[in-house]
Amino acid sequence: MAPPNAHIVKSFDDDLRALRSIIGEMGGLARSGLDRSIQSLLSFDMELAERVIADDRRIDDLEMEVEAFAISIIARRAPMAQDLREVIAALKIGALIERIGDYGKNISKRVASISDSKYRGAGSGVERMGQMVSEQVDDAMRAFLDRDPYLARAVNDQDEAIDDFYESLFQTLLGEIAEDSELTAPATHYIFIIKNLERIGDHATNIAEMVHYSATGEYLEARAKGGDATGLTLPL
Amino acid sequence: MPDATVVHDEVVMADGAKMTARDVDVFYGEKQAVDKVSIDVDSHYVTAFIGPSGCGKSTFLRCFNRMNDTIDIARVGGRIELDGKDIYDPKMDVVQLRARVGMVFQKPNPFPKSIYENIAYGPRIHGLASAKADMDEIVERSLTRAGLWNEVKDRLDESGTAMSGGQQQRLCIARAIAVDPEVILMDEPCSALDPIATARIEELIDDLRGNYAIVIVTHNMQQAARVSQRTAFFHLGNLVEYGGTEAIFTNPRADRTRDYITGRFG
Amino acid sequence: MSQSGTRKLDWQSKEMQARVRRRYVRERRFRRVGLGAVIIAASFLAFLLFTITSNGIGGFRRAELALDLNYDPAILGIQASDSSEEAAATAVSRADFRPLLASAAQAQLGDSSLVSEGAWLAVRDQVVEDPSLIGTTQRVWVVGAPNMDILAKGQVDFDLAPDRRGVSTATVAAYRTLREEGRIRLAFNSGFLTQADSTNSELAGIWGALIGSILTMAITLGISFPLGVMTAVYLEEYAPKNKLTDIIEVSINNLAAVPSIIFGLLGLAVFLNTFGMQRSAPVVGGLTLALMTLPVIVISSRVALKSVPPSIRDAALGIGASRLQVILHHLIPVALPGILTGTIIGLSRALGETAPLLLIGMRAFVSDVPEGVTEPATVLPVQIFLWSDEVGRGFVEKTSAAIMVLLTVLLSMNAVAIYLRNKFERRW
Repeated sequence: MAPPNAHIVKSFDDDLRALRSIIGEMGGLARSGLDRSIQSLLSFDMELAERVIADDRRIDDLEMEVEAFAISIIARRAPMAQDLREVIAALKIGALIERIGDYGKNISKRVASISDSKYRGAGSGVERMGQMVSEQVDDAMRAFLDRDPYLARAVNDQDEAIDDFYESLFQTLLGEIAEDSELTAPATHYIFIIKNLERIGDHATNIAEMVHYSATGEYLEARAKGGDATGLTLPL
Repeated sequence: MPDATVVHDEVVMADGAKMTARDVDVFYGEKQAVDKVSIDVDSHYVTAFIGPSGCGKSTFLRCFNRMNDTIDIARVGGRIELDGKDIYDPKMDVVQLRARVGMVFQKPNPFPKSIYENIAYGPRIHGLASAKADMDEIVERSLTRAGLWNEVKDRLDESGTAMSGGQQQRLCIARAIAVDPEVILMDEPCSALDPIATARIEELIDDLRGNYAIVIVTHNMQQAARVSQRTAFFHLGNLVEYGGTEAIFTNPRADRTRDYITGRFG
Repeated sequence: MSQSGTRKLDWQSKEMQARVRRRYVRERRFRRVGLGAVIIAASFLAFLLFTITSNGIGGFRRAELALDLNYDPAILGIQASDSSEEAAATAVSRADFRPLLASAAQAQLGDSSLVSEGAWLAVRDQVVEDPSLIGTTQRVWVVGAPNMDILAKGQVDFDLAPDRRGVSTATVAAYRTLREEGRIRLAFNSGFLTQADSTNSELAGIWGALIGSILTMAITLGISFPLGVMTAVYLEEYAPKNKLTDIIEVSINNLAAVPSIIFGLLGLAVFLNTFGMQRSAPVVGGLTLALMTLPVIVISSRVALKSVPPSIRDAALGIGASRLQVILHHLIPVALPGILTGTIIGLSRALGETAPLLLIGMRAFVSDVPEGVTEPATVLPVQIFLWSDEVGRGFVEKTSAAIMVLLTVLLSMNAVAIYLRNKFERRW
């Protein structure tokens, strides 16, 4: 899709650019939060985990900023067509990134509980899944910044691989709990962590869907989201 | 494909269209104002014509009731039908056509006569009411339908030109309704009105929808988005895109439409 | 520039303040020049009006002398046997009142020439009206001779040598006597407003010319208004835009600028020579002036029609009005004030027109009030022209008085125009 030419009212372009740059900053923060939470988990670095938790507040602030800015653009500029789609997409993507940040925070919060336990079995699987999800988030954000519907579609297509990986890790962890009931508490934490990662992947996919809609005006074909393929809901 | 007419899937050229235009050209002397425009107007919808100034939308609108006849140098080609009958046929009586296809203009233009006379004039010249009581009823019905009755019922003898701009425009709509038209053409009916008066007119258009085929030309895209179900975008005499209003304003197909409605026209 | 903060303009600087002062001075000077122009124009007008009024006011008054008249049937030559009313009336109108008046004047005033030569006419009319006067003696106020008029109005300059006063010392003596006896008075000159022209200045009236003017104007209006309006409507609404209509348009505009005397020649050639119509008749004058007024009405009507907002035309067409309905129901009613204004302006011009009427013979001396459009008549401006040429001293004030009448008629026509315009404009 050809890059859109400029608006007659230049400050409208400035507004849209500013809105995109806030989203871009949020995406960067969320991804770095995710990466660092995985890192803190693998190295049991409590300090790093604390920093991730603290940094998430910045993402929350930016999300509120996006919301206020998007409302102001709608009120003042009455955007139409792809401008309207872009503002709405930014509004929704802002909320999605904020959720991604929350999931990263949630992972970091579990570091302390896991570090008490001797269980280390799931580390490599989580690291691998963390990488996959982090790349998803990165691709989704790049698709957003480049207004690239093809990359967005690719992100959408990759989600299935993450879901499959989640499924196998989930089964492994369930098996380990069945073998050794001592592991119930740490394994359950890991189950929540990989669930969080899976949700982050879904949100990255949702971002990609919004990017695709914003760029083309068409929705990606509906796809069953991975989610709880196990059909189980665990209390915690 | 910047110059081809794009028609959205949901607008199928229906057999039951109230008015159809096929390959309509309008020339002002040597200058071509409208170039091969084809469009269907449905009874059940409000159809909006949008586009930049000089795009030919008003000129095209004025073909539907042959108001271009009054301009010496205007020449209309192609075919426009009302209920399947060619309105440019020499046998078509233009006076009756204009009663069937009413028009509301950009500037409110009540006659310099009383409110009552403004409404009664059309029915009188077309012989729609013989007795005073019948005429009174037509006047009340038309004003009621235009949402003006309660405001003016005690001052029907006052001049139509002494009302506020918004009231005058509703009076003009009531005047058009009074001869029971099938189609109402509105040429930028709100461009001289303030936002509140504009909202009243838009509400009135919404009320009238379904009873008449309504075609509205507007500069105000928000207005087109608010009141119409179908939108046609004109540019340089061409119909660029015609489709459901929602589709046009969220996801236009043609580059020119997109650039125009997002404020990027270069 | 304004945003960069590098603004160098100092609005308070000396040059700027000087510039402002000069601007104010120029502004005031321009306004004073305009006011001066108005004052000069107004004083010319005031001077003109003052001169005409001071000269003409005397024309509305005349000297009258008191005579004791004995309506003796014998002197009048009326037989008492004319008992039937009709026969009596005929006899009275045939009777010669001149000797009656002459002898009374000779006897009572000492000189019969102090009474106007035409004074007997009024006396006769009185008796015709009231035959019972016959045989009685009445004190009657009769019109005095021009000399009495001048003396009574104090228009004789007694500083001049007696032989240069234009009035003999005997007449002055007679006048003084009469005044001491209270037998002379200045009264309203009713004859001026009710009679036609006369060779005697004290008897000349404006009524004949006024009626002639009214008849002429009626013909002019009756012909030029419908013709002019229809022409304007056709040219504005129906005529195609082509060479022919362009030529017509240019011709009409040129006609409006053609000197009026040309129209007189045209009237002479067409109406009198070709059609052999009656000379001096209001119908011919009216037709000639109609030719002259037509272009004015056409032009002003076209302007009025053009200035009808196109939105009204659109509104009427848009509701399905036919062309005729648009014109009759909407355009003409809205344009009417403008059309009427143009018409009145044209008529006012025609009313004051002299030259073309001279050519078609309306300068004849007409001593009767015309009773129809084919009877010889004269009109106000021509009457003024004729009187201004007269040698008689009394005609000077008659001329000014006639101008006053003409101006009054013009002013009332304009008042009617303003009234009509306001009436039609204020309707909504």
